[in-house]
Amino acid sequence: MIPLSWYLILAAALFCIGLYGVLGRRNAVAILMGIELMLNAVNINLVAFWRYLTPALIAGQAFAIIVFAVAASEAAVGLALIISIYRQRSTVIAEEIDLMKW
Amino acid sequence: MTLLQGVFVVTALAAVISAVMVVASPRLVHAALWLVVTLGAVAVLFILLDAGFLAMVQVVIYIGAIAILIIFTVMLTRRVMADSGPQANRAWWLAVFIGIVMFAALLALLAQMPTWWQATPPPLAASADFMIEDLGKSLVDLDRYVVPFEVASVLLLAALIGSIVLARPPAETTGKTGPE
Repeated sequence: MIPLSWYLILAAALFCIGLYGVLGRRNAVAILMGIELMLNAVNINLVAFWRYLTPALIAGQAFAIIVFAVAASEAAVGLALIISIYRQRSTVIAEEIDLMKW
Repeated sequence: MTLLQGVFVVTALAAVISAVMVVASPRLVHAALWLVVTLGAVAVLFILLDAGFLAMVQVVIYIGAIAILIIFTVMLTRRVMADSGPQANRAWWLAVFIGIVMFAALLALLAQMPTWWQATPPPLAASADFMIEDLGKSLVDLDRYVVPFEVASVLLLAALIGSIVLARPPAETTGKTGPE
């Protein structure tokens, strides 16, 4: 069988790749893609812990569904924000969106 | 190495390689398509973990909705980046460093839990049908997860209204996209 640690290492790798995407990319849409990768890594962890440690409780799956809902809302609002900013400032580069920079 | 382990290794490699392509691809449309590959690999992992319902939800919501939304946004905003120029910001080396340090820290944390390394999944007590039924009941059960479920529904409603308000054309409010 597959040891639990394989899932955890894979989720850690996906999370760190997503972290690089959030911190290192200039395009705001690419940053959102990095956030999606990180949320997916968390979901893998939730479901793996549910399956290996507490299969009798359904908590892991229930909270994975909550994470799905959060990811959907975040993508909808984030992309609406990006389109709105693009309409007004003609840019989606995170460094150039400095409206609230003091 | 058993068949399941082989499937896992192939899926994990596909997930990691496509995730690297998501953050490294210079063309955003390609990055979005690689993101679809990553999400599909994660759906396969959910099937390996006996969470068939979540695999279906992953395909429907992530691949069917979020990835398509991202591709639409990339296409609506594509002229500015012109698919050229540096895609990483000035501090990209710092981001790489933070990512590697984070990965090492997570591995070190995992190494503190030796019982997890060789843990094998206990046999499921219930059938798959019963688990899906239990999952649905647990989300509306007062003693279990009804509060997170309701919070998620309020969050979805807020996101629905918020994205309509944000994405409305700024015609009558002279360039401002807020509630009047």
